[in-house]
Amino acid sequence: MSSSSTSIMDNLFQRSLEDLIKGFRLQLLGESNFISRALEEIRREIKVTDLSTKSTALHKLSYLAALHGVDMSWAAFHAVEVVSSSRFQHKRIGYQAITQSFHEQTSVLLLITNQVRKDLTSANEYEVSLALECLSRIGTQDLARDLTPEVFTLLGSSKAFVKKKAIGVVLRVFEKYPDAVKVCFKRLVENLESSDPQILSAVVGVFCELATRDPGSCLPLAPEFYKVLVDSRNNWVLIKVLKIFAKLASIEPRLGKKVAEPICEHMRRTVAKSLVFECIRTVVSSLSDHEAALKLAVAKIREFLVEDDPNLKYLGLNALSIVAPKHLWAVLENKEAVVKALSDEDPNVKLEALHLLMAMVNEDNVSEISRILMNYALKSDPLFCNEIIYSVLSACSRNAFEIIVDFDWYVSLLGEMARIPHCQRGEEIEHQLIDIGMRVSDARPQLVRVSWALLIDPALLGNLFLHPILSAAAWISGEYVEFCKNPYETVEALLQPRTGLLPPSIRAIYIHSAFKVLVFCLRSYFSAKESILSSSAQEFSSTSSSMNAFTYESILNLVNVIELGLGPLCGTHDVEVQERAKNVLGFIGMLKQELGEKLDLQDNETEAFRVTAFMEDLFSEELGPVSTTAQEKVCVPDGLKLKENLRDLEEICGEFLKPVESDSVSYMDKISFSVSKLRIRDQQETSSSSSPPHEASSLLAEHRKRHGMYYLPSQKDDPDSNGTPSDYPLANELANEISPNAFNPKRKPSQSKPRPVVVKLDEGDELRITPQAKTTIETGNDDESLSRAIQSALLVKNKGKEKDKFETNPNSGQREKEESSRIEENHQNSEKKKKKKKKKKNGEGSSKHKSRGRNQAAAASEQVVIPDFLL
Amino acid sequence: MIKAVMMMNTQGKPRLAKFYDYMPVEKQQELIRGVFSVLSSRPENVSNFLEIDSLFGVDSRLVYKHYATLYFVLVFDGSENELAMLDLIQVLVETLDKCFSNVCELDIVFNYSKMHAVLDEIVFGGQVLETSSAEVMKAVEEISKLEAASNSISLVPKSVSGWRGR
Repeated sequence: MSSSSTSIMDNLFQRSLEDLIKGFRLQLLGESNFISRALEEIRREIKVTDLSTKSTALHKLSYLAALHGVDMSWAAFHAVEVVSSSRFQHKRIGYQAITQSFHEQTSVLLLITNQVRKDLTSANEYEVSLALECLSRIGTQDLARDLTPEVFTLLGSSKAFVKKKAIGVVLRVFEKYPDAVKVCFKRLVENLESSDPQILSAVVGVFCELATRDPGSCLPLAPEFYKVLVDSRNNWVLIKVLKIFAKLASIEPRLGKKVAEPICEHMRRTVAKSLVFECIRTVVSSLSDHEAALKLAVAKIREFLVEDDPNLKYLGLNALSIVAPKHLWAVLENKEAVVKALSDEDPNVKLEALHLLMAMVNEDNVSEISRILMNYALKSDPLFCNEIIYSVLSACSRNAFEIIVDFDWYVSLLGEMARIPHCQRGEEIEHQLIDIGMRVSDARPQLVRVSWALLIDPALLGNLFLHPILSAAAWISGEYVEFCKNPYETVEALLQPRTGLLPPSIRAIYIHSAFKVLVFCLRSYFSAKESILSSSAQEFSSTSSSMNAFTYESILNLVNVIELGLGPLCGTHDVEVQERAKNVLGFIGMLKQELGEKLDLQDNETEAFRVTAFMEDLFSEELGPVSTTAQEKVCVPDGLKLKENLRDLEEICGEFLKPVESDSVSYMDKISFSVSKLRIRDQQETSSSSSPPHEASSLLAEHRKRHGMYYLPSQKDDPDSNGTPSDYPLANELANEISPNAFNPKRKPSQSKPRPVVVKLDEGDELRITPQAKTTIETGNDDESLSRAIQSALLVKNKGKEKDKFETNPNSGQREKEESSRIEENHQNSEKKKKKKKKKKNGEGSSKHKSRGRNQAAAASEQVVIPDFLL
Repeated sequence: MIKAVMMMNTQGKPRLAKFYDYMPVEKQQELIRGVFSVLSSRPENVSNFLEIDSLFGVDSRLVYKHYATLYFVLVFDGSENELAMLDLIQVLVETLDKCFSNVCELDIVFNYSKMHAVLDEIVFGGQVLETSSAEVMKAVEEISKLEAASNSISLVPKSVSGWRGR
């Protein structure tokens, strides 16, 4: 008794959804507080037996779930209760809650089957509609299987209101339960000839979805679709039919010829932009081989491009980008419009225009387009500016700088990019600068010039995004110091006080580059001197000729600048910077003594000379590009468990485990180590003929032996290891050997300047293509059962007599198909003339089909069903 | 297929949200927020389309329309036409206009149930089934009548059954 009275009280004083919404707008508690209070209330109300109260509570809950993200899965059973009410209002609330919150894993899902069935057969069309809506949203395999007969009945309903929804629900039923195709397909297809536009629109929509999932299975219906395409004047219907043909034409090229004309007709006739656009899209994506249609479509695109409506402009550009890969002329024809769109205020339009412009880039116009884009980048907002920079960078670097002929120009362009105020693509520019340095030896002088300009610009140091570029510039000026006009200024730039703004890792590169420059200068100085002293040293004369400028004073000056610049860094907190600074200073300290007694050339300077020669040898090794697959070539040794959990190990000997040294660090260690060894040896007066260059090269050789797989394959078999370290190939030599002619065919005779050689690795330069084909096959598999069902249904459709036969063995799609094709064969002669739609046979006997694998059989049956009207 | 229909006001408060594939509520809220943050950053008088792959997966598109204080948003895949979807928003708004005679945000706030009735007539399980606002109105009015009828009958017997239970 008490329970029923509280229920009445609850009911009388229950807050309706409207009260809740009003309360929500007036609440002062804070949103989450209010929601949790309301939820408390709902939890109480939803438990009472009175369905009115329960349904109102459920309604409130669905509202909170939809708009405020409240979980409502706990109320699943209550939704089932409410939906069983006989009152329409409750039912509607119940169904709404179910469609909103149920999914495959909902445990009470099985409980609604009977209720849905009851409502599907209700005399009230609105109840039927609720049940259909529910099925179309949450239909599972079980529901679809159990309710197929009801859906079939509803497909024949005389009420358009119910019928169109029954057609809509078929899609979900087919998807979940492919066997339903056998039952419902015929009625579905019949509706393609319906005169009611609502029904036609619904059924074409369903076929559009089916064709998207598996075009092959819908191919036999092409004549029906064609009829709709020609006869219908409903834009919604036509758009969907066009979508269907776009899919069908992609697998059956002969269709294109047939539909091109009606599509053009629509394009000329209609004023509806949506239909025009769909026609354009169909033509450019699937019928681009039909010249007349394509010409008309491109003309229409142009109309879109000059429209003021940003939507049309955007879609026009969109269509152009579909057509661009195959017919670039269409884009070129509209070049002005595309360039103009770059300054549009709509970011979508701008972006689309940019992509199109990049599609037009080739080696002839790359500089022109880049120049235009750079001007736009200067004026644009940061986001678009970086999008431009990124597009230019990626287009130019594509396929190992394929389209770049004039590298001097490109390197200067990279330098310019760094100076665009909004530029945030520092890392990409850094990567490309270094990549060009390694691949294109002819570009190095210009690289060094550009780097120098970047390094001396103090303004760049303040921009965080440009630091990577500066690090590349520093590396380049050190690595290719031989092209440097004025090493003294380079060192000054590398050690300017504002480098304090750089992060330590980049600062370390600066110091190391300064070190390289110093070594180079010393080396040139000594060798110049030596060549004066002993005419026999011919090998250095070539390098020294250009560097004769080094005098004793200039070297001393250089050394002083470095000492001054690095001195304060010895006390810095960053280990890497400190270490490198100390290394350089140590090196200088060692030399200075000997340099001081300049006059005593013969004895003293040999030591210094030897050390510099040693360092020079180390630095003069050229670095080539590394294959991106190098890492994969390392095979895991036997017994090495890489995936073992090492946490225990860490606990046991955490202190002893040091971070693994990277290659570059150990490389540095070795150098400093051997330098110190040298010094000791010097002190011990053990100067002998065991030349340091040899030691250096042997170190490298050893490194190469150990890590050979990371190096490029050696083309030169040079057994001589005593001379200059030449047993690993210079990048450029390699290129000469690999691809002297590879670039020639592309080169145009009109070019004033030949394209320099670009080192290109055989493998691993491009990112490996992910096996997309495989994934499409896999996704295809999901729909396979559906498409097979449709195919067999199509076969059945034309001979209703045989239908019973199939239904006797529903579980063997494979046998069924074979059987159907056999039946087809048997009846072919007799029915051929009667049938409106004829199937083209591929002439193979049915016995062959039996022995085939599943996929082959599917493929064969696809061949079977090519409609005759195409031919 | 249409993947989602959303209405939100210019402050980002959702007024109606319907996702045609099941999605946990947290995910729904996240998507609504994501869409709003993109929409609110768009200037006026630009195109009504958005690339939305990052939120809804590959091959998804979004059209929106801005009316007074409300954004109407449709998310759909490649089997719909962008301009047709824009028209569909127009159909939806026209229908609501007829429903509430000069619709405003408050109508949408307080008529949650009716909003769904309208939308469900137009979009059925992700497919566009009705584009004539007259047809939609007919069905919606019929549904309201049915609801009212079931309610008016309910008042008496419910209380009577309550008393009887005593």
